Amino acid sequence: MTTFEAILLTIVTASTPLLIAALGELVTERSGILNLGVEGMMAMGAACSFAAAVTFDSTLIGVAAGILAGAFMAALFALVVLGFAANQVGSGLALTIFGLGLSGLIGAPFVGSRRDPIAPIDIPGLSDIPVVGRLFFEQDLFVYASIALTILIAIYLKRTRSGLTLRSIGENHASAHGLGLPVLRVRFLAILFGGACAGLAGAYLALVYTRFWSPGMTAGRGWIALALVVFAAWRPAWVLVGAYIFGAATVLQLHAQAAQWGIPSQLLSAVPYLATIIALLLLSLRYGRAIGAPGSLGMPFVPDR
Amino acid sequence: MKEDVSPSGPPFVELKGISKRYGDLLANDGIDLAIAPGEIHALLGENGAGKSTLVKILYGVIEPSAGEIRWEGRPVTIGSPVEARALGLGMVFQHFSLFDEMTVAENIAVALSDEWDLAMVRSRLSEISRTYGLALDADRAVWTLSAGERQRIEIVRCLLQNPRLLILDEPTSVLTPQEAEHLFKTLDKLSAEGCSILYISHKLEEVRRLCRRATILRAGRVVATIDPRAISAREIAALMVGNEVGEIRSDAPHAPQGEVLRVNHLNMPPAGLHGVALKDINFVARAGEIVGIAGVAGNGQSELFAALSGERLADRADTVTIAGRACGTIGIDTRRRLSAAFVPEERLGHAAAPTHRLSENTLISHAATEVSRSGFILLNAAKRLARTIIKSFDVRTPEGDPQARKLSGGNLQKFVIGREIIRKPKLLIVDQPTWGVDAGAARLIRQALVDLAREGSAVVVVSQDLDELFEVADQMAVIHQGSLSPLKPIRAWTREAVGLEMLGVAQAQGGAHAV
Repeated sequence: MTTFEAILLTIVTASTPLLIAALGELVTERSGILNLGVEGMMAMGAACSFAAAVTFDSTLIGVAAGILAGAFMAALFALVVLGFAANQVGSGLALTIFGLGLSGLIGAPFVGSRRDPIAPIDIPGLSDIPVVGRLFFEQDLFVYASIALTILIAIYLKRTRSGLTLRSIGENHASAHGLGLPVLRVRFLAILFGGACAGLAGAYLALVYTRFWSPGMTAGRGWIALALVVFAAWRPAWVLVGAYIFGAATVLQLHAQAAQWGIPSQLLSAVPYLATIIALLLLSLRYGRAIGAPGSLGMPFVPDR
Repeated sequence: MKEDVSPSGPPFVELKGISKRYGDLLANDGIDLAIAPGEIHALLGENGAGKSTLVKILYGVIEPSAGEIRWEGRPVTIGSPVEARALGLGMVFQHFSLFDEMTVAENIAVALSDEWDLAMVRSRLSEISRTYGLALDADRAVWTLSAGERQRIEIVRCLLQNPRLLILDEPTSVLTPQEAEHLFKTLDKLSAEGCSILYISHKLEEVRRLCRRATILRAGRVVATIDPRAISAREIAALMVGNEVGEIRSDAPHAPQGEVLRVNHLNMPPAGLHGVALKDINFVARAGEIVGIAGVAGNGQSELFAALSGERLADRADTVTIAGRACGTIGIDTRRRLSAAFVPEERLGHAAAPTHRLSENTLISHAATEVSRSGFILLNAAKRLARTIIKSFDVRTPEGDPQARKLSGGNLQKFVIGREIIRKPKLLIVDQPTWGVDAGAARLIRQALVDLAREGSAVVVVSQDLDELFEVADQMAVIHQGSLSPLKPIRAWTREAVGLEMLGVAQAQGGAHAV
């Protein structure tokens, strides 16, 4: 394997958790709910998946635990913002703080443990293509799943009946309620989906990316995922592009730092953020009128009966 | 007066003893209503009479506290709008239940049952459009459409489900007279095909045009069921309001004096994606007269208000001249010091801060005057001022100095208009002075505007309510897509001419200006 191939592979690994978490948040936000708790749900997903994987010595059980932990945290959030129509910004911030703290507690006994890398899925023949072969056709299951998820969510939102309902509810919950659409039920499911994705992204971090647990290991990736959704103008395909640009810039600036070009490292650390913002800005300029935020995003809804 | 008109056949839908209680308030109190097949039945009443509550119960949006609904003689419970649609009920909402960022076809599909896909919606849409003359482009995004087109979406959405009872809630409030007439023709056709229609309105003329039976609600109860063509508009109004409706007193004739406001070649780009650009606006308001600006919502009224008040600044100072001073490029506070006063359309959040007390809300426009000194608030002066406004303008408050959000719409509007009028401004500019306000409050507000003009101030009233403008204005112009028609004396306008200007076709037809 050449250095170039190795760099490309790390880019994929760095981008995948961002992509998964951002897709989940995208679905939540398209239903009109702003969940700022992605970082906390991700941390819980990482801690629980790692704890379960070590305890049962099974990656599969670990992944399932991560997804469940994310969904459980999301359910708490849903209870507060749907059940009590509480402020979504405050509740989301609380969820992040709570998730970071609780994940530290759950993960504490497992600090120092390690997991073996999971085997990539090799697509015979195709993976022998020089340079891009291994990049595209010898990845782990998560990478393929995240790409499939992007496509499925795009189709779901644009082409399916239930996706149309979800978008309507996010656009104008009062109208949707007036038409008899189940606003709270759809939002509950969307929040759960967002949480499950954040949990899965956390599981990927702990089981594939680092293969150990340490407190605060999500290192702000949940916030990046949130920002990606906004910069990508709530479009799944653009989230994919944004996540990979961010991942690429992150990896490349690390190599640039190692190469000691005399550029201050702090400046290089800022490159991924700048690159992502500029790229997505160019995209939205290129494609004319970018869709704005869903009309009811962040607004509490209390149905009158 | 209780002239009972019996339905022409057995009722298709019958409401019996419908009541809805919210805490201490009875929004509906034992309402009986029967609609015959193919009948256009009017539901008349002032704001707050309980019309919207009643139709929401019928459409399954809210649950009644008591009462029974009979559908073709059979008692039914309508638990949700989905069940209502399954029965054959269609509803055209007053504030459209549309989704701005989605296309026409998507907006229609979302309200239909699961077996409809977008392709079916498209083909049936073009069919219905042809049959009823309701032209619509399936792939346009809703935010690009006019109010009339938006209403067509709502109507087509109902028609696709072959409704047997169609409910329309104040359908003409955002339409031009021509668009309204088009709607009436569609309704006549539907009625002839056997579809029953429940038509909610507080506009007597159109009820007389459409319906043979009308049920009048007042304070949540049925006060009469009448034939609106058989008794006079004045009698119907009296039934709706509960006492004889007073006329606005105006000490005409009068001679307008010096020029107070001059708007001179005012151009302004749109503020946002959905905004309207102002194009070369010219008019003059003189002391002692009321200038009315008519127009359908979203044609540049809010932009014009922002430019006149100084919330948005023009690039040249001489575009807006107040009391002889060119102030197109100076802000709202300086304009207030020139004795101008402004009342924006949105009373809660723009004219008043919702969670601030009324006394604190006086500071919004009186900051430069008696209620503050060297940056400190004179709380007692503010409270005194609030009390004076409350008393002079008959503002009904739940407590002495409540938060603005605790007032009803009409009372808050009386407060924010009173707050400006009490300063005795030389120029008052008010956007939608009586929007969503009950008849009593509307009358008080209009009288106050007329009185202010008669005392020698210039008043500019931006309104979508033509009746209101014909009642109070001395001069009137129509705004359409950011352009203003010539200002003419109110007697020189006919409703038809106003309607043509609202549609922007007056120029094209030539000579319509010289009505």
